[in-house]
Amino acid sequence: MVAIPDPQLRDYSLTGRDTIRAKETGLANAEWYHTEVPRKVMKELMKRRDGPAIRDTLIWFALLGGSAWGGIAFWGTWWAVPFWFVYGVMYGSVCDSRWHECGHGTAFRTQWMNDVIYHIASFMVVRNPVSWRWSHARHHTDTIIVGRDPEIACMRPPRLFRLLMSYAGVLDMIDSIRTLLRNAAGRLSAGEKDYIPESEWGKAILAARVHVAIYAMTAAAAAGMFAGGMGWASTIPLLLIGGPRIYGCWHMLMTGLIQHCGLAENVIDHRLNSRTVYMNPISRWIYWNMNYHVEHHMFPMVPYHALPKLHEVVKHDMPPANPSIWDAYREAIPAVLRQARDPGYSFRKPLPPTAQPYKEVPTRG
Amino acid sequence: MAEWVDVCALDELDPEDVMRFDHGGRVYAVYRSENGTPYATDGLCTHEHVCLADGLVLGEEIECPKHNGRFNIRTGAALRAPVSVPLATYPARISAGRIEILI
Ligand code: FES
Repeated sequence: MVAIPDPQLRDYSLTGRDTIRAKETGLANAEWYHTEVPRKVMKELMKRRDGPAIRDTLIWFALLGGSAWGGIAFWGTWWAVPFWFVYGVMYGSVCDSRWHECGHGTAFRTQWMNDVIYHIASFMVVRNPVSWRWSHARHHTDTIIVGRDPEIACMRPPRLFRLLMSYAGVLDMIDSIRTLLRNAAGRLSAGEKDYIPESEWGKAILAARVHVAIYAMTAAAAAGMFAGGMGWASTIPLLLIGGPRIYGCWHMLMTGLIQHCGLAENVIDHRLNSRTVYMNPISRWIYWNMNYHVEHHMFPMVPYHALPKLHEVVKHDMPPANPSIWDAYREAIPAVLRQARDPGYSFRKPLPPTAQPYKEVPTRG
Repeated sequence: MAEWVDVCALDELDPEDVMRFDHGGRVYAVYRSENGTPYATDGLCTHEHVCLADGLVLGEEIECPKHNGRFNIRTGAALRAPVSVPLATYPARISAGRIEILI
């Protein structure tokens, strides 16, 4: 007897039933909808500059250094808490947006600067700098296409407990460390082998080994301090390296989860599966303007500092942006809860009369 | 047998810019570098066949609009992941105020 798969159930692996389906229906590698932007305007928006990212990186390093100093200097008093709070966010959340923008190579005009910050941020966010370059390229080719996109955060039916727990950072950290150890042991998963070209496998393994070595040294320093009778102070190396990815990642998750959750799967128009959300200036600095997420997916060549301008240029063709993070959650949470009962459901935003209709069906070339 | 084919008037393509050129069922990308020198390559990215003419010319490099992979427009060399296969290049020249490529 042949088992007929439940159409409500999805196979998010990159080598399974939905992968075949995405290829057969033309959803994989499809031609996506783009808002028309005159070439002259787009060229201006795509222009690369070093200035904004150098300024932001200097502020970032100063905040990292200053908060680490305060956390250590005031150790044992309540004064240390706000310093560790700031350090946690600077390490465990800011790293994600720096990883992302420098991975695209758009943050700085000078490429070596993108590469240096990319490697530092990859380490902080516990992502393999080689594999994630390729996984993120796939996320852009096949955004939220089931069986193709390796970066779908909200799978259906949603695992609500896991989503909730992700705010604590522990589960994600456990997964990331597991992947790191597996890569360091010389093993790549079937999914990783699917999206990373074979010529890069060795580099991915080497990068994982370097990361594991740094974590091992950090753990050894903590153990040494403990053995030396330093008590609670021996946790300082762990609070400085690795730990912030758990206690400081909440902002990364708060902003990251609203990028796509509750919206459509298997469509070829980023206006249907991504969310643009207006945010306060501090969150926008931490997140490097990735709150303009529809715009980023449609035009990944536009650097973070030009995204607000791009938003103004294309907003006539976009569904209205969510006015706040809170509003985005008010939209996403009920949609995700409904997906627990009805995995086929997604929240669909109405378009303004000035917009082109949604593009939903792949056109075969 | 390759021949020089007319692409456009020189002033139709700004320095440090790229345009798409379709000829004989193939897509080419025709560029002018920062100093105005013309270059030509295959028009589709070797990664996922996206049209490079929607990309950005930075000095002597073209950045692909899809995943920010980069090629040298003079040599076709793949410079930045996720591109790893080089682009084919074609000779280009300015003749009587027009850009021509040898294809
Ligand atoms: S299609 Fe050009 S870099 Fe991916």
